[in-house]
Amino acid sequence: MKRLITAAALATGLATPALADWQATLDAARGQTVYWNAWGGDARTNDFIAWASAQLEADYGVRIEQVKLTDTAEAVSRVISEKAAGQDTGGSVDMIWINGPNFLAMKDQGLLHGPFVADLPNAKYLDLSPTSPNSVDFTTPVDGLESPWRLAKFVFTYDSARVAAPPASMAEFATWAAANPGRVTHPNPSDFMGATFLKQALIELAPDAAALQSPVTDAAFETATAPLWAWYDSLRPNLWRGGAAFPENQSVQDQLLNDGEIDISLSFDPASAAAGIAQGLLPETTRVFVPKGGSLGNVSFVAIPYNAAHIDGAKVVANFLLDPATQAHMQNIEVLGSYSVLDPAKLDDAAKAAFAALPSAPALPKLEDLGATLAEPHASWMTRLAEEWAKRYTK
Amino acid sequence: MRAAVLVIAALALFAPIAAGLWHSAGAALGHLPALGSVGPSLAPLQDLVTQPGFATALRLTLGTGFTATLLSLALAIALAAAITNGPARIISRVLAPFLAMPHAAMAVGLAFVLAPSGWIARALAPVFGWARPPDLASVNDAFGAALILGLVIKETPFLLLVILAALTQIPLRAHIHTAQSLGYGIGAIWAKVIVPQLWPLIRLPVYVVLIYNLSVIDMALILGPSNPPTAAVFIARMFSSPDLAQIMPASAGAILLGLLAVASIAALWGGARAIARFGPIWVRRGGRGAPLNTLFFGTAMLGGALLLLGAAAMVSLALWSLAWRWPWPMLLPESLSFAAWARALGDFGPELAMTALIALASTAISLVLAVAWLETQTPSRREALIYLPLLIPQISFLFGMNMMLLQFGAQGNIGAVIWAHLLFVFPYMMIALTGPWRGLDPRYAHAAASLGAGRLRQLWAVKLPLLLTPICAAMAIGVAVSVAQYLPTLFLGAGRIGTLTTEAVTLASSSDRRITGVVTSLQTTLPFAAYLLAFVIPKLAHKNRSALQGAAA
Repeated sequence: MKRLITAAALATGLATPALADWQATLDAARGQTVYWNAWGGDARTNDFIAWASAQLEADYGVRIEQVKLTDTAEAVSRVISEKAAGQDTGGSVDMIWINGPNFLAMKDQGLLHGPFVADLPNAKYLDLSPTSPNSVDFTTPVDGLESPWRLAKFVFTYDSARVAAPPASMAEFATWAAANPGRVTHPNPSDFMGATFLKQALIELAPDAAALQSPVTDAAFETATAPLWAWYDSLRPNLWRGGAAFPENQSVQDQLLNDGEIDISLSFDPASAAAGIAQGLLPETTRVFVPKGGSLGNVSFVAIPYNAAHIDGAKVVANFLLDPATQAHMQNIEVLGSYSVLDPAKLDDAAKAAFAALPSAPALPKLEDLGATLAEPHASWMTRLAEEWAKRYTK
Repeated sequence: MRAAVLVIAALALFAPIAAGLWHSAGAALGHLPALGSVGPSLAPLQDLVTQPGFATALRLTLGTGFTATLLSLALAIALAAAITNGPARIISRVLAPFLAMPHAAMAVGLAFVLAPSGWIARALAPVFGWARPPDLASVNDAFGAALILGLVIKETPFLLLVILAALTQIPLRAHIHTAQSLGYGIGAIWAKVIVPQLWPLIRLPVYVVLIYNLSVIDMALILGPSNPPTAAVFIARMFSSPDLAQIMPASAGAILLGLLAVASIAALWGGARAIARFGPIWVRRGGRGAPLNTLFFGTAMLGGALLLLGAAAMVSLALWSLAWRWPWPMLLPESLSFAAWARALGDFGPELAMTALIALASTAISLVLAVAWLETQTPSRREALIYLPLLIPQISFLFGMNMMLLQFGAQGNIGAVIWAHLLFVFPYMMIALTGPWRGLDPRYAHAAASLGAGRLRQLWAVKLPLLLTPICAAMAIGVAVSVAQYLPTLFLGAGRIGTLTTEAVTLASSSDRRITGVVTSLQTTLPFAAYLLAFVIPKLAHKNRSALQGAAA
C-alpha cells in the first residue's frame, strides 16, 4: 500500500503540465451541453444526474442533458450508425454509462475517445493499479478509455416477513426452491441481471473458477458449465411459473417481490433494498443477503465516443463524478446509496469525515456483511451463457 | 397543381420508407460497412432462423396477430349492430378514452388487473383462501392470450369508430327495414346484408390493425410471452444486443417481418375473396337465422365485457398514480400520496410541451397535405401507397431510415421527428377524411361555382365548414397517433427529443406503476382533450344547423 501512495504522489508531482492542460479543458468545456446517454429506468439515478447538472453548471458552466436509454446498446448502435454514415465529428452521443460487453464491443470497434482517465485531476483518488476493478472491466483492460463512477455489487433481496432463512449458497437455491415452489425466479438471461444470476452460480459451481478469466473456448465452456446445467435442471421446475416464463428485468422482478408473487429478488446495488423501501416500492421488511462465498462485483464507467461533439464537457463531467464530495453524495442512502469507487486510503481527512457522516437505514447492509467480491468472468462467457441457456430452455 | 401535390407526397412519404427498406435490406444481406461486413450473403438469415425459439416466435406472432384482428373485427361489428339497433348507444359515447389511451399504458393497467397478484385475483383471494398470489400464468402466458386480450381491447374501439363512420355511407335503416319485413333477424341482416357492403369500406383499416398486431412491441413486452417472445420483440432484442454483429440478423428479421406482413394481408384479402365467392350460396338458402341473433348478442356482450375490463385497467392506473403502497391482497391502496404527481408536474413540463408541439405540428401539416390531396387527386389504386407506412411494420424500415437521415446530418432535431410522425399521422387522417370528403354532395360546390366562387373560395366558404365535423375528428385522431409514437421518436430524435411516450416507455422498464400511472394519465390527457374538442367545436359552430349536427357519427 505504501508503495501505491508513493506512486500516487509521484503521479501528482509529475502532473503539473497536465494541470495546465486541464485548465484548457475547463475553458473549452464552458458553455457546453453534454448529452449523457444513461439507462433511464431508475428515478433516483435520473434525479442524481439532474443534481450533477445543476452543480456543474454553477461551477463550470457545463450542463448535462440525460438521454434516457432503456438499454445501453441503443447508444452503442447510435454511434455505429453515425460511423456508418461517415459522421466522424459532432456526434450525438457525448458520454455513455457503460461497462462489460458494451464496452468490449465499442473498444473492439475503435468507437471510443481516449485514453483520457489519467488526465482527470480526480483520478488521483482512484486505485488504478493493473489488477484493480477500475482497470479491468469484465477482464477487458480499460486502458484509460472509460472512467469509473459507481460501484456495483451483486446481492439478493428477500422479504424477511415471508422468508425465515434465505438460501445460503447458490447450490442451496435448488433445495430452497423445492421446499418453496414458485417463490423464486430470475430475469430472462437476455437481460444483464438474468445473465448475472447464471454467472454468480457458475462461479460457485464451476470446477475451476480461474478458467473463467480467460476468453471462453468450447472445451472450457463444456467443463465449466456441466455442474451449472445439472443444478439449473433441478432448480427450474420449482421456479416461478414452473420456469416457463421469466421477468423481463430486475425492476419487473422487484415488482413481483412487492406484489408478493415471489420472495426473492436481486440487485447490483446493495442499497437498493433500503432505497426501494424509502420509495414505497418494496415491502418494509425487505432485507439483503449475499451467498456465503461472496458475490460478483464490478464498476460502472462513463466512456466518450470517438466522434462526440462535446469531448471537453464530457471530461469535466467524468472528473466531477470522481470528486470525493460527489461520491459521498452518491453514497448517501437518501440520494443514490451506491458505494464509492474511490480508494479510501487516498482520501484526505475531510473527505473521510464526509463518508463517515452518511445516514444509515435498517435494510442497508454493512460493508462487512457484503462478503468477498468475486471477479467478473471474461465478457465472452456472459454472451455464451445467455446463448446456451436460450438453446436449452427456449423452445 | 395535381402533379405538385403528388411530388411533395412522394418525397415526404415514400422516399424515407423506400430508403429505410433499402438500408435494412442491405444489412439483412450482410452489407454493413461500418462493421467491416460486405455483402451480399445469406448468413444473417441463417443466423436468424437458427436462433433458439425463432420458429415459435413466428408462430406466436401469426397466432396472436390474426386472432386479435379477427376477434376485434367480430366484436366491433357486433357492437356496431347493437349500437345502431338502439340499446347500446351509450358505448359510442365512451370510445374516446379507449382511443386516447396509448397501447403501453393500457398494457400496464391490464397487467395489473389480470396478474396473479392483480385486482381480479385480490377480489377472489378471500373466496379461495389464497394467502399468497396463485402461481398461474394469467399474464405473459405461453399462448399469448393476455396479449390478444390487450390488443383486442385497444383495437375494437378503433374498428368500431371506423365502422360507425362507414355506416353513414350505407342506407342502413332502409336495408334493415326491408330485411326485417322479410322476416330476417338482426343477426342475419348484419351477416348477410350489411357486412358484405361494409367490408370494402373498412378493409384498409382492418389491414392496418392486422399489421399493427403483427408488429407490436410495447404491448407484447408487457403482456406477451417471454421465452420466446413474439417475433417483433425477438428482433427488437437483437437490435439492442451488445453484440453489434446482431444488427445483421436483426435486419434480416425486420425484412422477414415485412414480408410476413405482405403475406398476411394477401391471406386476409384471399379469405375475404373466398367468402365473397362462396358466401352467397349460404345467403341464397334463405335461412332467417335465429341462432345468428344469439351469436351477435353474445359477441356484443363479450365486447362490452372486454371494454369493462379495459375501463378497470384505466381506473387501476389512475388509482396507482395516487398510491404510495398498495400490497397484496388489498383491493385499494394502503396509503395515498400525491408524491408521484408532484414529481411529475415538476419534471415533465418540457416533455408535455414537446409532445404537444410535435403533435400539433404534424397534425397541421398532415391536414394541409390531406386537403390538398383530396382536392387535387381523383380516387385511384395509386392511393394505396399513402397507407404504405401503416402496412409495413415500423421496425422494418426505421433503422434504415435513421441511417439515411444521418447521411443528411438531419438526425436528432425536432424537424426530423415531426417528419417521422407525419408518415403515420397523414395516413390515419386520410382514413378518417377520405370517406366524408368524397361523399360530400358535389352539388354544394356546383352551386357555389355557379355563384362565381373560385376553387379556393368553394373550399374555404363551403366545403370546409360543411366538413368541419370529420375534419375535427381527423385532427383528433392525428394528435392521438402522434402522441403514441415511440420508435420513430426514439430513432429519429437520437434520444434527445423527450416526449411523454418516450418517458412512459422508459419508466415502464422500471415498472414503478405509480409514476407510470401519472405519465400515462398525462399522456392520455392530450389526445383526450383533442377528442373532446373534436366533439365540442362542431357542436358550437353548428349550433343553429340541425342537419350538420346529425352528421356527427
